[in-house]
Amino acid sequence: MTDVALSEPRSSWRVMAGRLLSDPVTLAGVILCAIVLAGALLAPWLAPRDPLEQNIIDRLAGPGSEYLLGTDQFGRDVLSRLLWGARISLLVSFLSIASAVVVGGAIGMVSGYIGGRFDLVTMQVMDVLLSFPSLILGMIMVALLGSSVTNLIIAISLTAIAPFARIARAPVLVIKERAFIEAGRALGFSHLRILLVHVLPNIVTDLLVMGTLWMATAVRTEASLSFIGLGVKPPTPTWGGMMRDGFENILDSAWLCIWPGLAILVLVLGLNLVGDGLCDVTDPKANAQ
Amino acid sequence: MIAFIIRRLLASIPTLLAVLTLVFLLVRVVPGDPAIAILGDRATPETLAALRAELGLDRWIGAQYFDFLGHAILGDLGTSMVTHRPVWTEIAEALPHTIVLTLAAMAIGCLIGIPAGVWAALNRNGPVDVLTRLLSLLGLSFPVFVSGIFLLIVFALQLHLFPVIGNPRPGDWIDGLHKLVLPAVTLGVVMAAYVVRVTRSSMLQVLGEDYIRTARAKGVPRRAIIWRHGLSNALIPVVTVVGLYVGILIGNSVLTEIVFNRPGLGKVIVSALTKRDYTMLQGMMVIYCFLIVVVNLITDISYGFIDPRVKQ
Repeated sequence: MTDVALSEPRSSWRVMAGRLLSDPVTLAGVILCAIVLAGALLAPWLAPRDPLEQNIIDRLAGPGSEYLLGTDQFGRDVLSRLLWGARISLLVSFLSIASAVVVGGAIGMVSGYIGGRFDLVTMQVMDVLLSFPSLILGMIMVALLGSSVTNLIIAISLTAIAPFARIARAPVLVIKERAFIEAGRALGFSHLRILLVHVLPNIVTDLLVMGTLWMATAVRTEASLSFIGLGVKPPTPTWGGMMRDGFENILDSAWLCIWPGLAILVLVLGLNLVGDGLCDVTDPKANAQ
Repeated sequence: MIAFIIRRLLASIPTLLAVLTLVFLLVRVVPGDPAIAILGDRATPETLAALRAELGLDRWIGAQYFDFLGHAILGDLGTSMVTHRPVWTEIAEALPHTIVLTLAAMAIGCLIGIPAGVWAALNRNGPVDVLTRLLSLLGLSFPVFVSGIFLLIVFALQLHLFPVIGNPRPGDWIDGLHKLVLPAVTLGVVMAAYVVRVTRSSMLQVLGEDYIRTARAKGVPRRAIIWRHGLSNALIPVVTVVGLYVGILIGNSVLTEIVFNRPGLGKVIVSALTKRDYTMLQGMMVIYCFLIVVVNLITDISYGFIDPRVKQ
């Protein structure tokens, strides 16, 4: 019974979703994200050709009826590579932020809950991590670990752990002083149970909202690393890698940069719009107005 | 004020020490032997051992740490494993280019961002506000290499207003300024998007304060209310964001320098990454963090100028 009373009512999620979709700007963001997600999931059926198939005769062909968005320097179909590339962008950004939310959230929660010197030292370490420019940290981590999807996810999640630890810690400092936590302790609940059952539901919304906004950052970071040449190895199609290839042919085939650039923009803008909408919906001040 | 600066300088020492420790650990904790990474799988055990000895990797890790710390504190960041020149010399040659680019981008970001944020706040929920919100979100969504390439396609390749390559001729400052425009705009526009949002929300909060109502009731001119009473009080969060954004700006300058083929720290770090120049990478990380600590210090000091209460 206590567990039910201590966490937020489930219906609030439905109310939140309703309010979220009633805002036209947020709805536009949801649609943009849905388009990219659909493209990624349906890539095997939507892509007109094999993204790795080379047609040297048709290399650098402009957009037209045969190749809707043109071909690259190896004669590969840009549209097919774009659709398959969406998978890498979504996979890397989602998994890296999901792991940053879990690891950073756990660090912040435990640190805030335990408090004292442990909290002081942990937060000092997080502040040091925060003081590294995230793109530089990501670049160095990938360079040291070697470029693969797993290492890319590790590197990007490392750049986002510290902010999530901070986001999770702040509310825990307030919540742990509340009467229901004290009641839980008096009833002999373990610290783990208090943290997972009674503290976590109170911070999960904040973490999810920030997660959406950070996923936009992760998409940008993944694309940036691929553009520098530190992303998933070719010939696997990635949007950043496609821009890198296009940039080498920018003087005569500028469209090779334009399509993947627009794809990145659509996904990041969509995620930012949704994240912004989520911020407004979950912010008690904004709701009160 | 001097006491405040000294106090702040002393407070940043533990952060710098922690940064140095983390840099040292990052390079060593990562799996894999740096000697193999540099020389490749086919290197003989003798050459690998020789390189390990040259890098000091064969010594006890504690000795390596104190050696690194001692040298770093004295400003000696070691010698590049590729060019065999002092790391500090290589960085010092590139640093001014990155600083000029970053400062120009900051100026553009603030000159666009602050007035636009004030304008949006004054027209809350009106068409100007909605347009500003959408444009700022669009600005935030552009990875800098994408906006850089798009600007390059439009203004350099199509309109021929700016050169494709941004490497300035030494000594010719007009040429330097001309070639700085596109890279600085690329970086500055994204920063403006951040600044707009913070200025808007901070201004909205300040404009709702009682002292603004009092000023209005006293008949203070609208212009003075907005700029002197409003903005000067709304600036603290803006300065915080500008300070925090410098970190992102420094990271993004790497991409901008690659896109516009400009000299700077970006080119040095990418070259160090591709050639596995560990001492250079270590040095670059120290310099980047040092820059961020200095910027945080300047941000804290500027609070004192904006809001006299902070000094107390």
